[in-house]
Amino acid sequence: MSGFSTLLYKELLRFWKVAFQTIAAPVLTTLLYLLIFSHVMQGRAPVYGEVPYAAFLVPGLVMMAVLQNAFANASSSLIQSKVTGNIIFVLLPPLSYWDFFAAYVLASVVRGMVVGVGVLLVSLGFVGLSFAHPLWILAFALAGSAILGSLGLLAGIWAEKFDQVAAFQSFLIMPLTFLSGVFYSIHSLPAFWQGLSQFNPFFYIIDGFRYGFFGVSDINPAVSLVIALANLLVFTAVSLALLKRGYKLRH
Amino acid sequence: MTPAIQIQQVHKRFGAVQALGGIDLEVAPGEFFGLLGPNGAGKTTLINILAGLALADSGSVRVLGHDVVTEYRASRRALGVVPQELVFDPFFSVRETLRIQSGYFGLKHNDAWIDEVMHHLDLTSKAGANMRSLSGGMKRRVLVAQALVHKPPVIVLDEPTAGVDVELRQGLWEFVRGLNRDGHTIVLTTHYLEEAEALCGRIAMLKQGRIVALDTTSKLLNRRDSLYLRLRLAGAALPAALAGRVRDSRDALHTLRLRSYAEVEGVLAQVREAGAQIEEMELLQPDLEDVFVQIMKEAQG
Ligand SMILES: Nc1ncnc2c1ncn2[C@@H]1O[C@H](COP(=O)(O)OP(=O)(O)OP(=O)(O)O)[C@@H](O)[C@H]1O
Ligand SMILES: [Mg+2]
Repeated sequence: MSGFSTLLYKELLRFWKVAFQTIAAPVLTTLLYLLIFSHVMQGRAPVYGEVPYAAFLVPGLVMMAVLQNAFANASSSLIQSKVTGNIIFVLLPPLSYWDFFAAYVLASVVRGMVVGVGVLLVSLGFVGLSFAHPLWILAFALAGSAILGSLGLLAGIWAEKFDQVAAFQSFLIMPLTFLSGVFYSIHSLPAFWQGLSQFNPFFYIIDGFRYGFFGVSDINPAVSLVIALANLLVFTAVSLALLKRGYKLRH
Repeated sequence: MTPAIQIQQVHKRFGAVQALGGIDLEVAPGEFFGLLGPNGAGKTTLINILAGLALADSGSVRVLGHDVVTEYRASRRALGVVPQELVFDPFFSVRETLRIQSGYFGLKHNDAWIDEVMHHLDLTSKAGANMRSLSGGMKRRVLVAQALVHKPPVIVLDEPTAGVDVELRQGLWEFVRGLNRDGHTIVLTTHYLEEAEALCGRIAMLKQGRIVALDTTSKLLNRRDSLYLRLRLAGAALPAALAGRVRDSRDALHTLRLRSYAEVEGVLAQVREAGAQIEEMELLQPDLEDVFVQIMKEAQG
């Protein structure tokens, strides 16, 4: 077993041991969104011509759960370790900064995927859904969770206190997810907000993810994927550079 | 021979605080080395730099010849550190903690050694217990075990006996002595100076980020004119001629400073001539605490 696989295993074990809180709770929350929004919005015009609103909503909610949980996993693990001081257990061994990055991000991807699959399965009990292009679904789920995993890692590296991670979550992650088209197609927005949404990387992730289900999207999914991967590349590069310097980890 | 630890001109500053002001130090393989100093002297900072937990502002540090920055993988593999702070991961049991720590070093089948370490530290009965449920002293033992999972040739213990009961303290030192006999280099910090005196072959004393003394323990103990003769007198007072030698006097019990054993006879003769009888007599060796206090006082100036 290499240092990397041990760190990955430890990160997986960490959220698995509290699965009720890290998996069951977000699945339930998302389900509540689904029930309430699809009820309130009942009778609203179908999206993309013939997709019922409830069906349109599900992929958005699944992706939202994937993104938020991937972010929460890396950021909460790191800030907990930093605040309690047990971060030294991973700083003392000969783990490279690549090992460190890959283990935290991969564990976040797994957590995001597990929650996402959970939300999807439960939703299928309420809403009928098509799966037009499963590979696109998978590609965007992986890209989205990896992006948020690396963002979570960045937040965890930067923060010194729990409330700083919470601020990162409330003032950056939440607005970006809510304004990314989870609950609506951006074509229903006024022109100004449509234009602004194009600068939100989460918009492309959700739009492309939806394409996987319905075969229709606001943006060409290949373009969306390239934009998502470019984002991932940037966050990866920044994370690795910070880890290499030991920024806020090695004083 | 490659030094176990080689520290050259290490400086470290935290804002306005100069934590380390140019440390030069070499520890040879197989040494049992003591790092002493008052609170805030910079001991932990130096250890953190050695372990890669902190980065020096300037200077270089090597563990078994491996630079701790540029060859960090080799240097960390060679080093085991017991941290001063009592930290633990509340998600895991003792055995899980030790298995995971082994894994970080790439060790897959390490259970035989983990069992041995747990046995020596009297942790076997706690193997399945969650870290959160352990007492402070027990958590300290796990930290020691964690530092040893990869059998590091160089072991650094930052106040490992703080808050630990007598029994473990003795058990721990016996275990660490055994590791030292097997060839492991040991570096120790402690505020219990009798521990350092009994264990360490060589000692560095730090004050405000500088080394103020560095020598073998026996030379440190002998370099002072601080052999003490304690006398309880009856019948007459201490002769005035001896007043300059007094370290302390309580009632008829006087502790006198001597330069060497040769002076004992002369002092006793003076006491006899003054007409005093000796009711009690004891020769006291200076201990490390005397030396420590004296060196720290001198370093003040
Ligand atoms: N992360 C930090 N930020 C700011 N100052 C620090 C930091 N770490 C250490 N210091 C300062 O550096 C100096 C040396 O501290 P250090 O912990 O190395 O002392 P020490 O010799 O280990 O003391 P003790 O015996 O109390 O453990 C102190 O003045 C301390 O306040
Ligand atoms: Mg200290």
